[in-house]
Amino acid sequence: MPRKFTPKVVTANRLLEGDAVWLTADGRWTPDMREAELLDEEAHAELRLLVAQSQADLVVGPYLADAVAGTAGPEPTHFRETFRTRGPSNYAHGKQVEL
Amino acid sequence: MYHYTDFDRAFVQERVNQFRGQVERRIDGSLKEEEFRPLRLMNGLYLQLHAYMLRVAIPYGTLRSDQMRTLALLAEKWDRGYGHFTTRQNIQYNWPALSDVPDMLQALADVGLHAIQTSGNTIRNVTADHFAGAAEDEIADPRPVAELLRQWSTDHPEFQFLPRKFKIAVTGAAHDRAVIQAHDIGIQIVENAKGEIGYKLLVGGGLGRTPMIGKVIEEFVAQEDLLPYCEAIVAAYNLLGRRDNKYKARIKITVFENGLDAFRDAVNEQFARTKPAFSGVDVKLFEEIRAQFAPPAWRNAPVDAYDATYEADPLFRSWADTNLTAHRAEGYAIVSVSLKKPGQTPGDATAAQMRALADLAQAYGHDELRISHEQNVILPHVHKSDLPALHAKLREHDLAAANIGLVSDIIACPGMDYCALATARSIPVAQQIALRFEELKLEHDVGPLKIKISGCINACGHHHVGHIGILGLDRAGVENYQVTLGGSGDETASIGERAGPGFSADEIVPAIERLVLGYLELRDSPEESFLAAYRRLGPAPFKAVLYPEQEAKRERADAA
Ligand code: HEM
Ligand code: SF4
Repeated sequence: MPRKFTPKVVTANRLLEGDAVWLTADGRWTPDMREAELLDEEAHAELRLLVAQSQADLVVGPYLADAVAGTAGPEPTHFRETFRTRGPSNYAHGKQVEL
Repeated sequence: MYHYTDFDRAFVQERVNQFRGQVERRIDGSLKEEEFRPLRLMNGLYLQLHAYMLRVAIPYGTLRSDQMRTLALLAEKWDRGYGHFTTRQNIQYNWPALSDVPDMLQALADVGLHAIQTSGNTIRNVTADHFAGAAEDEIADPRPVAELLRQWSTDHPEFQFLPRKFKIAVTGAAHDRAVIQAHDIGIQIVENAKGEIGYKLLVGGGLGRTPMIGKVIEEFVAQEDLLPYCEAIVAAYNLLGRRDNKYKARIKITVFENGLDAFRDAVNEQFARTKPAFSGVDVKLFEEIRAQFAPPAWRNAPVDAYDATYEADPLFRSWADTNLTAHRAEGYAIVSVSLKKPGQTPGDATAAQMRALADLAQAYGHDELRISHEQNVILPHVHKSDLPALHAKLREHDLAAANIGLVSDIIACPGMDYCALATARSIPVAQQIALRFEELKLEHDVGPLKIKISGCINACGHHHVGHIGILGLDRAGVENYQVTLGGSGDETASIGERAGPGFSADEIVPAIERLVLGYLELRDSPEESFLAAYRRLGPAPFKAVLYPEQEAKRERADAA
C-alpha cells in the first residue's frame, strides 16, 4: 500500500538573500511559515511544487516539507524545519529576531 | 612569506570578473540554477539553511596582517560581524547576499586571497602544520611545499573533475599537527641517512562515512620527484577511482579496493609518464618559493620582563603554561590564541577581534598569523619580552582563554545551526561542555584532551580522530549523539571506536562529564593523558562509566 500522504508546505531559499521562505496560497514567498499554504492533498501539493519550480528567478531548491496545522498557521514537524523558521541557536540572528 | 606573482594576480582577478558576470546573469534570469550552481561552488559559494555561505581558502593557514584585516572587513561590511574558522584552514561567512559576493571576492583578490577550489571535486586548499616555520621540532618549513602544490593544483586542467574532492596536508615535523594520516595525500618532510631532505608520502586517509588512516606509499621521495609523484598519484586515482557511487569515490576506497601494492603499481606506471614532463622547472620554482619563506630577522633581547610577569601574575602564568609552545629561535615563543572561550562558538572571531589580532601580529609578530585546523589563531613568532603586553591586549579583546589542548578547546563543525547537510547541531553541544567544565574548574587537572564534534557523518568536525568524538545524528526525528573513544589525529593516528548507544541532547553533556571524571579515577598518575589511559586500559572501563545502568545490570548478573 502506498504511504499515506501527510500535510506539506512548499519551502525554498530566496535567490538573493538565501533565507528560508514558504509559498502562500496567493502565490507569494513569505519568510513567516505560519502564512504558508498547508497542502493536505497530494495532487495539489505536487501542483504547487511545480509552480514553485517555475520561479527560479525568485527562489532556489524548492521542496515539500512536512507540516501540521497549528493555532496561527502551519508548523514544522521536524527539528530541521523548525531551525529554518528560527535561525541558528548560537547567535540571535535570522528569523528569530527579524520576523 | 609568499607574495602573489603577476600571474597569480591576473588569474585571480580574471576569476573574480568571470564570477561577477555569472552572478549578474543568474540574477537577470539568463542562467538557471542548475547552470549556476556548479559555477558558484567553484567559487566557494554554498547555499546553507538560512543563507548563502562563502568559504575562503587560507593557504596552509598562513595570513599577513593586511589579509586578516580584509577578512575582518568582509565580516563587518557584508556579513554579520564575524567569521568562522574551520578545520580545513578556511574561513566561512554565514550570511552573504548573493549580489554582494563579487565585491567580497574582489576585496579578497586585492590582498591575494580567494575562494577557488574550496568546493567541488578538485584538489582543495592544501593545509599544513600551523606551527610551520616556528616549531622547534621541524626538519623544514612545510609551507614552500604546500605553496608549490597549491600552484600546481590550482586550475590544473586534468584535475578539475576528479571522482571526488581531494585533500592534501603537509607536516615538516615527525610530531604531526596537520593530521596528515586523515588526508587523501599526507606528506611528511623527512631526512635520509645522507642528510638529504625528501618526502614520506601517505595515501588513502580520510574521515567521513568510511574513516581510514592513510598508508605509506613511498618512504622517501626526492625533491625533484615530488610533483611528478603527486601528479602520478592523482592521475592513477583519476583513472581507477569510482564514479558510480559518490560514497565510494574517495581515494581511500580506491586504495582499499585495489590494495596498496596494486595502487602503487598504477602510480609507478603513471610516474613513468609524468616524470619526463617535469623538466626541472618545478625544482627551480620550489627554490624561488622557498626563498620567500625565509625566516624573519630574529631579535636578540633580554627576556626579564617575561620572567618577572610569569612570577608575579597568575593569570599570565596560567595562559603561558597552556597557550605557548617552544620556538626554534632563542627568546621566542609560539602563541596560540584560543577562539574557544567557554560559551563561545568554536572557531568564530568577530571583526574587532580579527583586527586586534592583525594589529598584534604587526606590532609583535613579524606580521604573521596562522589559522590552525583546531580552529584557533596562532601568532607564530613572538619575542618573549613582548608577551606580557600581548597578553594584556588579548584580554582586552576577550581572546585570552587559557585552554589550548584542554577539554574546552573543542573542534565543532557548524552542524545544523547552519549546514544544510547536518543531521543534528554541534555548536550548542560544544558550548555546553565548555561551560560545564569551566564551572567544575577541572580542566587543568584533566590535562590534554581533544573533544571533536561533527553534526553528521561527513565528519567535518574530525570526530573520528577525537580522543572523545561526538557525532550528531537524527534518530527518528530527534537529535541524538553518538560517542567514539580513543581516536587520535597525530603521528599515532587512530580512528575512535563507538562506545555504545547514543545520547539525547539533554544527556550528552552529563555523559561527557561522567567520562572525564571517570578517567580521573582510571589514570595511573596525573601524567597519564586520557588517550594514554584509554590505550592502556581499553574501552571496557570507559564504557562502564559512560553507561552506569548497564554496568549495574552486569554487576547484578555477575552476582546472581
Ligand atoms: C557547511 C558546509 C559544508 C559542507 C556542505 C560540507 C560537506 C562535506 C562532505 C560532503 C564531506 C564528506 C566528504 C566525503 O566523505 O567524501 C565533508 C568532509 C569534511 N569536511 Fe566538510 N562540509 C561543510 C563544512 C565544513 C567545515 C565548516 C569544515 C571545517 C570545520 C569542513 C571540513 C571537512 C573535513 C575535515 C572533512 C573530512 C575529511 C575528509 O574529507 O575525509 N567542512 N564535508
Ligand atoms: S559534518 Fe556534516 S553537519 Fe558538520 S559541517 Fe560537515 S556536512 Fe555539515
